Amino acid sequence: MRFFLEVLISGLLSGVMYSLVALGFVLIYKASGVFNFAQGAMVYLAALSVVGVMEKGAPLWLAVIVAFIVMTLFGIATEKFVLRKLVNQPPIALFMATIGLAFFIEGLAPMVFGSDPRALDIGIVDEPIEAILNRWGMVISKFDLAAAAIAAVLVTSLALFFQYTRIGRALRAVADDHQAALSIGIPLQHIWAIVWGVAGFVALVAGMLWGARNGVQFALTFTALKALPVLIIGGFTSVPGAIVGGLIIGASEKLAEIYLPPLMQSAFGGNFGGIEGWFPYVLALGFLLVRPEGLFGEKHIDRV
Amino acid sequence: MTVATVSTEAAPAAERYLTINNIEVIYDHVILVLKGVSLNVPKGKIVALLGANGAGKTTTLKAISNLLRAERGDVTKGSVEFKGNRVDQLSPNELVRRGVIQVMEGRHCFAHLTLEENLLTGAYTRSISRSGLKDALEKVYHYFPRLKTRRGTQAGYTSGGEQQMCAIGRALMAKPEMILLDEPSMGLAPQIVEEIFGIVKDLNQKENVSFLLAEQNTLMALRYADFGYILENGRVVMEGDAENLRTNEDVKEFYLGLSSSGRKSFKDVKHYRRRKRWLS
Repeated sequence: MRFFLEVLISGLLSGVMYSLVALGFVLIYKASGVFNFAQGAMVYLAALSVVGVMEKGAPLWLAVIVAFIVMTLFGIATEKFVLRKLVNQPPIALFMATIGLAFFIEGLAPMVFGSDPRALDIGIVDEPIEAILNRWGMVISKFDLAAAAIAAVLVTSLALFFQYTRIGRALRAVADDHQAALSIGIPLQHIWAIVWGVAGFVALVAGMLWGARNGVQFALTFTALKALPVLIIGGFTSVPGAIVGGLIIGASEKLAEIYLPPLMQSAFGGNFGGIEGWFPYVLALGFLLVRPEGLFGEKHIDRV
Repeated sequence: MTVATVSTEAAPAAERYLTINNIEVIYDHVILVLKGVSLNVPKGKIVALLGANGAGKTTTLKAISNLLRAERGDVTKGSVEFKGNRVDQLSPNELVRRGVIQVMEGRHCFAHLTLEENLLTGAYTRSISRSGLKDALEKVYHYFPRLKTRRGTQAGYTSGGEQQMCAIGRALMAKPEMILLDEPSMGLAPQIVEEIFGIVKDLNQKENVSFLLAEQNTLMALRYADFGYILENGRVVMEGDAENLRTNEDVKEFYLGLSSSGRKSFKDVKHYRRRKRWLS
């Protein structure tokens, strides 16, 4: 039982890391109805600019501020040079534009900051919390717990922002109908610059946590792939959905990794490993069959 | 170009409010939609813009509200003036701040927002306090009590009439002086259309909001409007007081389906010849 709990908790905590990446997707999807293929590249860019600036001798806090400025400028530039030209175009055109954007970042970021993998030290160590280890004999990483706390704060504030503020409402309005939003005087340019800026900030947080855990390297762009099943389960349009989806993916993949192989071995014979790698996608497929809009996603409303 | 005028006094310069001077609109650099449209909306009046499908009513409204650019349309000639200032180069945001707002054809409510949230987005351009916002909401609910009873419902799940009310209410939240109302009767039951036009008239008289109203439902529009323009193929072919237009023989025959000489055989009706005079 203790072992089960340990697996479950560490799974939930690692799921939060997926949620962080998924959150960036949700923000942009909510405000522009676009699946932002470049989110993984943005995570990479953010992490790279933090280590890049730190290599020049700057302290962490300064590097984070610089990275934040980089991400904000990037958001504004994206709006100005890519999105503005595509107002009122079908979502697929915007989606294709984000694919181009992803390649652009993946080329540009290593050119500016260097492409070799580097470690990122953000001052939180990845070691078990002793109190819990002594009392219950479970290994819970300090790093995971801190990451979860950061994610919780981020998500709560974003959810409140979307639901109750003037800008948040405008963001949701723009997502529903660009043209109507334009007609009542909501400036799409500002809104999109804001949302890409916020998505850049989320990418920065995700990039730092992922970078601190796995090193800052090109593979960070693939975190986006793990966010995909999270989005499908949680729903593309829901901030809390991104969190719940992340928790489900994190917990289920760890549990599957531990408990499925013996079962499968007794059923089919042979050795099974690496279930963690594909289990989330199978789960997401199942969800697509049963509940395509995800747990918390907005249902498509059609007049009949 | 000859314009059949039914008793128009030229508006004195002081009364000029919204004026459109000879605008030409081209979509995609090739499709000429408006071929020189001029019209005039005096302060505090309801002006109807009438005409068949594809005559250019919606394009005229969008040329005023500057929503054309998002659809690859361009005003290539002429000018739009509001209260003596040219507004044709302003962004829709700036125009809304100055008091001109469009309610688009087909309502375009934000489907996933509740009715109340829809209304609140309308106040985006105004920097007002929380209590000011509440007062503005109450005012809209006063005119559209139906919205109040359903304010917590997502707009996508409300009826067409409620959505039209929501769209007009949302525009009202911006505290406009002038509403460009595009085809409010579209797809609605006659009873609801009557209700909505009644509210429009009410808003016009009590809140002193001017309306430029594009409508296909000619009879209904002329009953509520003060003045009317008839568009055909991107040109104004007739203009005049609503009362006079309603009794005009040509309007009766072409737009209201009425004729003074009783039923006629189809072969005797030479629509095209009389229309041709307008189009040359």
